[in-house]
Amino acid sequence: MKYSGAEIITHLLEGQGIDTVFGIPGGANLPLYNALYKSKLRHILARHEQGAGFMAQGISRSTGKPAVCFATSGPGATNLLTAIADAKLDSIPVIAITGQVSSALIGTDAFQEIDTYGLSMPITKHNFLVRSAAELLEVIPEAFRIAISGRPGPVLIDVPKDVQQECIEISSWPEPANEIPAIAPDLQNIKVAAEMISQAKRPILYIGGGIIHADASELAVKLAHYSSIPAVSTLMGSGVFKHDDPFYLGMLGMHGARYTNKALHECDLLLAFGVRFDDRATGKVARFCPDAKIIHADIDNAEFGKIKKTDVALHGDIKDILTLLLDLVNNQNRSDWIDQIALMKKQLQPAPISDDLFNPANIIRSVGALVNSDTIISTDVGQHQMWVAQMYPFSKPRTLLTSGGLGTMGFGLPAAIGAAYANPDKKVVLFTGDGSLLMNIQELATLADLNLNLTIILLNNGHLGLVRQQQELFYSGNYIASRFATNPDFKAIAEGFGITSYDLNNHQSPISLLSRALSEQKPCFINVPIHHSHNVMPIVPPGAANIESIEG
Amino acid sequence: MTRNILIELIVQNHAGVMSHITGLFSRRGFNLEGILCAKIGDGSRSRMYLLVKDDEQLEQIEKQLGKLYDVLSVKVIEKFDETIFDRLQEYAGVETVIVPD
Repeated sequence: MKYSGAEIITHLLEGQGIDTVFGIPGGANLPLYNALYKSKLRHILARHEQGAGFMAQGISRSTGKPAVCFATSGPGATNLLTAIADAKLDSIPVIAITGQVSSALIGTDAFQEIDTYGLSMPITKHNFLVRSAAELLEVIPEAFRIAISGRPGPVLIDVPKDVQQECIEISSWPEPANEIPAIAPDLQNIKVAAEMISQAKRPILYIGGGIIHADASELAVKLAHYSSIPAVSTLMGSGVFKHDDPFYLGMLGMHGARYTNKALHECDLLLAFGVRFDDRATGKVARFCPDAKIIHADIDNAEFGKIKKTDVALHGDIKDILTLLLDLVNNQNRSDWIDQIALMKKQLQPAPISDDLFNPANIIRSVGALVNSDTIISTDVGQHQMWVAQMYPFSKPRTLLTSGGLGTMGFGLPAAIGAAYANPDKKVVLFTGDGSLLMNIQELATLADLNLNLTIILLNNGHLGLVRQQQELFYSGNYIASRFATNPDFKAIAEGFGITSYDLNNHQSPISLLSRALSEQKPCFINVPIHHSHNVMPIVPPGAANIESIEG
Repeated sequence: MTRNILIELIVQNHAGVMSHITGLFSRRGFNLEGILCAKIGDGSRSRMYLLVKDDEQLEQIEKQLGKLYDVLSVKVIEKFDETIFDRLQEYAGVETVIVPD
């Protein structure tokens, strides 16, 4: 039977287990959309390609499965780039398929022509420019294999219009791609690591997104409990440990609690598992865990020694590594070290939080108390993101969707839409700020289309809060371009999109309103006015070591 | 002065490969002193020689190159005749011209 390139794409996506794609059509991908018309794939029409990219991420981050987005050539492709770069930095398996002008027009500055292949090269795990319909039979499965194997990441496939239209005879289809199994961990290194863990007096387990990607959360918690190893997490590792686990010291780094960073400073062995020593986590690298030997476990060989010299590198699937280690480490209670940390916690108390409900910390905790532990939290980027990371009672992996590496404002709403779409049995709550929300607010229209169980909580301070805070603390209070001259009526805007909206401002019983809004099973928007003077504390000043963080 | 060292790559031979490799060097701030590249066998693959400094970046260069999809093998060569990079013009049949710094 004969198939067009476009039909080959939709057929192979279906075979790969994809049921939904997010995107926007345009001139150069119309043949692909014509094939969608006849396929079983459901298409979700975003209002901006960046939104489509983040919706795909929302599926992938919440389920661990690859997800697909479409864009046309030129501006469609450039609009998608931020979402792809974001997926690269947080290792999210997204497949982006872009239309390109016809092969004969490539290089002629044709209408909506841009070098998508060249532009996407540094922000993808790999990218393809497809030159014939026959090539698609290799490229599509290969793109999935690359995206999901080893360290996951985004793959972009640029398909010229004539390739989408080219018809070829197909007698047999390629098998759907599977993940390539990871390299088996080196047993000798595992033994050395286990011995180091057993000998260590003051070990700390430093975990990150790699644990979640590997579905190794239970094993990481088991190691901490079995061998009494206090654990810290990066932003991306939120949810691996229950927030109230006695061995969990919370988030490390720039906005970590002071005792958490102090404990790291004192440790003699650092178990860096599924982490990449990001500068927001380490602070001044030379003074990060200065007395510690380092065991670094990761799926990506290039992470070893990239930032910090490693004493033992454990290369492989973290799940395999943790399983092997658990057989070898001894069960101990390390009571001296645990007591020492408890003392640090007592001595380095955070500044007290006022009772005012409109203190963002209290809003976030109130929401945490009102929803169940399956709830998926999405955030945008800025102060509210850090407050959520510090205050929200996470207790399960894949319940925090946040732009960790790229720090993309505008991430939250479309990612929450993708997650709500893929998890109809769960509630999704988006915490956002007024700066971030405006960066992809057009996706409220997509949310209204889909009528999803998503509650948007806008912590509205009329500022680019984290910028304002840094200007206050580190630029002598020289406030520039951090206050919005006008603050729109967000409640009216959301209502304009057809979304039920509330405003906690001047409400007699804000908590009962919050509770009512969160119990809605449909899109719901809540404006929460907060004062712009609230800062994220503690904070490590730029260039300083983590133990030099300041509190209030 | 840090001595130079040679990295031999076997890569897939298609239009984007050179960009992937040179893009990696510029993106990650690696220094590249010279490149030689030519197809091998039936033309589906190329052999590429990268002249780099033998410094603390070398390990990351090797590892990051190894992650590129189109790079099939990465080998570090310590003993080689570096003059080949200086004598390229001779091979091209062009009179040697010393370009002032």
